[in-house]
Amino acid sequence: MSSVESSTLFGRLTWDALPIAALLKNPGVNEIVANAAGGVLVGGAAVVLFILSYFKLWGPLWRDWLTSTDHKKIGIMYIVFALVMLARGVLEGVVMRAQQAAGPGDGFLEAGHFAQLFSTHGTIMIFFVAVPFVVGFINFIMPLQIGARDVAFPVMNQISLGLTVSAGMMLMVSLVVGEFSTGGWTAYPPYTGAAFNPGVGPDYWIWAIVVSGIGTTLSGINFAVTIYKMRAPGMGFLRLPMFCWTVICSSILIIFAMPPLGVAALLLAADRYLDFHFFTNDLGGNMMNYANLFWLFGHPEVYLLVLPAYGIYSEVFATFSAKKLYGYISLVIATMSIAVLSFTVWLHHFFTMGQSALINAVFGVATMLIAIPTGVKVYDWMATMYRGRIRLSVPMLYGIGFLILFVIGGLSGVILANPTIDYQVHNTLFLVAHFHNVLLPGVLFAMLAGVNYWFPKAFGFRLDERWGRISVLLWVVGFLFTFMPLYFVGLMGMPRRSFSWEDPSFHPYMITAVIGALIILSALLSVLVQLYISIRDRAQNRVPVGDPWDGRTLEWSIPAPPPAYNFAVLPQVRDRDAFAEAKENGTAYQKPTGYDDIELPRNTPIGFLLCVLSGVWMFALVWWIWWLALLVSVAMLLIIIVWSFGTETEIVIPAAQIKQEHEAWLDLVARTPAVDRDDETAPANLGYARPDMEGAT
Amino acid sequence: MSHSDSQSYPGINLGDIDPKQQQRVETVQFGFWVFIMSDLVYFGLMFAIYITMIDAQAGGPGPHDLFDLRSLFAQTVLLLTSSMTVGLASLALKYHLGLRRVYFWLVVTLLLGLGFLTLEIMDFMNMAAKGGVPQRSGFLSAFYGLVPLHGLHVATGCLWLVILMIQMRAIGVTDQIKSRLMRFGLFWHFLDLIWIGIFTIVYFGGLAYG
Repeated sequence: MSSVESSTLFGRLTWDALPIAALLKNPGVNEIVANAAGGVLVGGAAVVLFILSYFKLWGPLWRDWLTSTDHKKIGIMYIVFALVMLARGVLEGVVMRAQQAAGPGDGFLEAGHFAQLFSTHGTIMIFFVAVPFVVGFINFIMPLQIGARDVAFPVMNQISLGLTVSAGMMLMVSLVVGEFSTGGWTAYPPYTGAAFNPGVGPDYWIWAIVVSGIGTTLSGINFAVTIYKMRAPGMGFLRLPMFCWTVICSSILIIFAMPPLGVAALLLAADRYLDFHFFTNDLGGNMMNYANLFWLFGHPEVYLLVLPAYGIYSEVFATFSAKKLYGYISLVIATMSIAVLSFTVWLHHFFTMGQSALINAVFGVATMLIAIPTGVKVYDWMATMYRGRIRLSVPMLYGIGFLILFVIGGLSGVILANPTIDYQVHNTLFLVAHFHNVLLPGVLFAMLAGVNYWFPKAFGFRLDERWGRISVLLWVVGFLFTFMPLYFVGLMGMPRRSFSWEDPSFHPYMITAVIGALIILSALLSVLVQLYISIRDRAQNRVPVGDPWDGRTLEWSIPAPPPAYNFAVLPQVRDRDAFAEAKENGTAYQKPTGYDDIELPRNTPIGFLLCVLSGVWMFALVWWIWWLALLVSVAMLLIIIVWSFGTETEIVIPAAQIKQEHEAWLDLVARTPAVDRDDETAPANLGYARPDMEGAT
Repeated sequence: MSHSDSQSYPGINLGDIDPKQQQRVETVQFGFWVFIMSDLVYFGLMFAIYITMIDAQAGGPGPHDLFDLRSLFAQTVLLLTSSMTVGLASLALKYHLGLRRVYFWLVVTLLLGLGFLTLEIMDFMNMAAKGGVPQRSGFLSAFYGLVPLHGLHVATGCLWLVILMIQMRAIGVTDQIKSRLMRFGLFWHFLDLIWIGIFTIVYFGGLAYG
């Protein structure tokens, strides 16, 4: 390592780190693609900065968003961040499909560039799309569903967001300065060790993972404590909405599963920076420790993503079938079972790495066991729809697409769980097809269903239904075209992560897959179109009363968008599906007997400051600018210490103001005509649902 | 609300405070327990790594060459005693035995913690002098990944304690500060438990199996 040139002031950072330098030296398609990616990033950032300045939005952005401790706003910022990263992840997927479709032969990219693409694609999609999407939804929805005014630790919540965003920005920076890791999203040593990879790539991966991991761990603690300690009066555990149950399980998974990832990444850092021998080939290092640590995190990770997605589907199926969720208790037990079992299967990610047949068999059986609670869930969702009054609106369409596609993905997982079969197909595109088949319908479709379902709650108007449907169609078709062919070429033996291939029989499949990737790209664009059209037509889609779908849980019982304090008076919960019960018994929208002052957390810049400083800290470590890393560490420590001296952390909203706002809304409810479900997507739907489903709970 | 209810949080006297504040303290304490649980996973994994790497000495110095049991004994006495003194500080706070006594025991705790750290660093320097540096072997990497991690926690605890004592002067011994003292106590006892794991598994286990 010490052989690399390194100056005191700039570490190992030189002008050659910019991709433009490579383009000038060696012009070619590969460099043009790399520079175009960097150009899109820099250009996009410039456009955003220009728009913010032109419309003078810096002040509102700072006051209302960046310094806000409101869980709803933090949730929305998480989701916006996830969408931005999703755009990059999808584009990378398209470039990779194009590279493989350009075969047989070497395609248009260099091997190292292709390796960076699959490494960033995986890292981004898991850590900076799926995780922030899920955490964003939990932030926005969970406190509303349990009848709380915020999460347990609002400032910590802001810090979590800051750390996640700064880590994601490191991946963006790696596009313009230096390069990212070529070691895949799992970054297995010894390949990612200093001996084989002395450059900055693995270091970008390490610090992005460590910092975002800390952010996610803090979120997990926050959510668990919120549900355990801050439920509204009467909200017993078995009255929790199913989404909140999945959040408990997911939080437990975060609390126990993120540390192994942190340990794995930090030990790899010790190997790379301090010449330790945890995972090196020589002097007693053992890379199997890394594989175990990584997947000890990695498998629970997929469940901590997919469980809240199941939670979203549970809400969607119940609401749009106008029925109580079928088999609530069995769903709770299934969710918990999955959470526990997810810690017992990590070894199936490396069946071929030298364990005894007995150990492989044990983990194979444990893996297959997970199919049982998952199967229970699928049947419960179908039974929820059975004899319900089903509306095939956008979230429901995503749900139905999920049910069909996810079963296929789940069954291919059961096939992979058999070690003997896994020996044949491991490291082929069959595996790639499998996990995309569970993660797209399982997580991504759920997130998009959730966006369509809860958007009116967050912003006060519905999303455009027509473009929503087009979007569903494009996602489902695009998914099928892209990933179904990969099952076949995988079985034919095509290895994953190949930048080059020769067998001409792969060609038709590769062509089909790239067509699918383009359809997925248009699906992503259709989401943007839907958003644009909806914002343009927002006047006809307003739902100020706040209950556009005849919702069943507490978040629908308040205005849309909700006030900062969520509930003027904390609700008294008497049943599962508290709001459906209230509507049925005629106790919804009642004037409370009295109001109290409400204390809310004050705005604070600490999350934003730590976001910026942690970004600088990571950059300094990646480029060996030691003085800067030290300086920023001290600054972050001082900021936290100074913040801990503050005692005025809350503002009080007077009861009179709450009374005035709440009663204005109640007047609005009284003046608003109720609509039944036939008019759900018509402009007449102002968010006041007619109770036309008597007895159908 | 009755007097006994207002003191329902065990281990600390928050006085007659309103239920909302009581609820707040409960929430924060619970959150801290959850954090400790997560931190414990870090240590648990580092212990596991150490156990798998006891034999990975690669011809370098092993436990018999490097471990100094007399220093270990002294460190253990210092740290376990500091756990007792932080407990005495909590009791002084709970039973209104006067702030001077609270400060006294906190300062003793701090000195014991710093003493522990001094001995530990001397230990590392002695090990390094005998060739026991983390760059030498997988075993030594695992040792230096775990024991200094605990030391870093103790150092963080010392810094936290200094800040807390400043805050007791600057802000006063408010409910918020009392609840922070309670959490500091939890953290400090937790580090003690980890230390018991370290001397049994790392030192004794290393000597027995290494």
